[in-house]
Amino acid sequence: MDFGFIFSSALGELFSPTTAAYALAALGLAVHFGYSGLLNFGQAGFMAVGAYGFAISTLSFDAPFFLALIISILCSVIFAFILGIPTLRLRADYLAIVTIAAAEIVRYVVTTNQLTSVTGSANGLAAFENTFYAMNPFPEGSYMGMNNRDFFIRVVGWGLVIVCCVLVWLLMRSPWGRVLKGIREDENAVRSLGKNVYAYKMQALVIGGVLGALAGMIFTLPRGAVQPSNYGTELTFFLWTCLLLGGMATVLGPVIGAMIFWVVLSLTQSLLYGLIESGAVTWLTTVQAGQLRYILVGVALMLLMIFRPQGVFGNKKELAFA
Amino acid sequence: MSETNERNTENIDYMTDSRPIAVGENTPGCKKRDPIVVAEDVTRSFGGINAVDVEYLEIPRHKITALIGPNGAGKTTLFNLLTGFDTPNTGKWQFEGNSLAGVSSYKVARMGMVRTFQLTKVMGKLTVMENMRLGAADQPGERLSKALFKGMWGGREKEITAQAHVLLEKFKLDAKKDDYAASLSGGQRKLLEMARSLMVKPKLVMLDEPMAGVNPALTQSLLDHIKNLKAEGMTVLFVEHDMNMVRHIADWVVVMAEGKVVAEGPPGEVMKNPAVIDAYLGAHHDVDLGDAEGIKVLEAELEADEESVVGTEDAGILSDIVETKKEDGK
Repeated sequence: MDFGFIFSSALGELFSPTTAAYALAALGLAVHFGYSGLLNFGQAGFMAVGAYGFAISTLSFDAPFFLALIISILCSVIFAFILGIPTLRLRADYLAIVTIAAAEIVRYVVTTNQLTSVTGSANGLAAFENTFYAMNPFPEGSYMGMNNRDFFIRVVGWGLVIVCCVLVWLLMRSPWGRVLKGIREDENAVRSLGKNVYAYKMQALVIGGVLGALAGMIFTLPRGAVQPSNYGTELTFFLWTCLLLGGMATVLGPVIGAMIFWVVLSLTQSLLYGLIESGAVTWLTTVQAGQLRYILVGVALMLLMIFRPQGVFGNKKELAFA
Repeated sequence: MSETNERNTENIDYMTDSRPIAVGENTPGCKKRDPIVVAEDVTRSFGGINAVDVEYLEIPRHKITALIGPNGAGKTTLFNLLTGFDTPNTGKWQFEGNSLAGVSSYKVARMGMVRTFQLTKVMGKLTVMENMRLGAADQPGERLSKALFKGMWGGREKEITAQAHVLLEKFKLDAKKDDYAASLSGGQRKLLEMARSLMVKPKLVMLDEPMAGVNPALTQSLLDHIKNLKAEGMTVLFVEHDMNMVRHIADWVVVMAEGKVVAEGPPGEVMKNPAVIDAYLGAHHDVDLGDAEGIKVLEAELEADEESVVGTEDAGILSDIVETKKEDGK
């Protein structure tokens, strides 16, 4: 086994654009659940809306990059309103049901054959990333072992993560954030103090949804393709894993959680493959090993919930009275 | 001397104001000299049962009004209806002349009508101080457009914090201000909820069972707090089962039974009202069984009471006890 390679590929995951996308989407979940108590099980839907919004406006309407970006953000805002208007007056569990269904609806709609000319059906869309890479300020060459395209998407992705983290931190220390946390604890009490709970919940849903849409774009750009199968429910649950790993009502938690998630996935995969190839493990095929690592993630999450329920960054005191 | 008197007139005014509260007779649904809340034909039914069916009710301004009645009389439902947490099936109701029909609960609170809950609601994972700050009105930083810029709300935040400090000190919670509200005891949570509702600077405070579950040692200070609200020009409406408290601090008592207002009047008068005694208090409600004198008084009363079995042949086991006690005494 080549441990050098195993560790360098795990380290590569630490700052991959996919990790940045997961961090952004999990940050959106932190705004939803960690700060406002909104149970969103459809974050994959928000990511799909963001990715498809960008790809379709670029391919079908030849929109320039920033217009496509704005269109995709607007789409996610509208998606949030569609989900929020009927459900936010109800209890939290209703939103959970509606979001999980809505995310699946989005996935099935883009998969329909009738829409192949627009969404590409199950094959998805490709070749929409040129407007993005056309803006690449880095000349060709090697940047820390990456080509200029890979380096550019990492800079943009992680730059966006940092900006969004700062914005969320600023929002959550403000009186606005305090009202949100109050709503998480008891919305009737907040209502009795003269705050428009519905409007606050809607604002939080939109902000978290926009973070999800941005994540969807960062997720698809380096792949150069957007496919419906990437936005299934398991994506939502990986995002929840990241959030719980890091700590729910924290800003850095989702980011670190996404990093841990991908490093652990990469390490277990390389180690298992290495063991299989070297003949030390004969009762597994490489395909099975790929699935086994997700089982290990599940076990790790269970252990975490039992022994460190507040996550890496969470405040133990906040859980003591839960 | 005359100067201090003049300065105090405004304060003393509400505390010692002895002008009659009602216009005319103290009958259920009577008109008040200066009502703050007026409810007319307010009904709310749950599956065929009329939980609230109030023909006419006025709450007097600058007074402490107690709302009493047996369990299930519709007191809390009336609270919910008045504050917009529930919608009546029929009726009109207004606060300071503004109709509240169709007004959502948070707007009612902004108009100056703030309530607490029977089951105390504190934000457990926020500190006591943050709970208090949450109550304050007019914080521009609570708007999303201004939340990012501390310069736009930092000043108001300082004022709010100062206001919260004063209130926390009054309610003896200042030592706890940095603790999570979830770490407070039940009684302290009641205090926090009340203090938090005062952060809104309400005109009418509606307290739903402020004494439920509060340690008797705290009761006296809570009573004083409620009395002081009146001195500060606020109107108080509270639901309570503790008759001692009602007698001590209420200026006016409204009695509900089966959703209807069955009696109204000053506490002394209402507690002698036969309808109230039947519905709620029980015949011997004004005897304090807590002290030795009370038991003797009750015994004497019961022997004189025609309907009581004590002292008659039907007394059965009760008479034995009375007999042995008498023998012991001799």
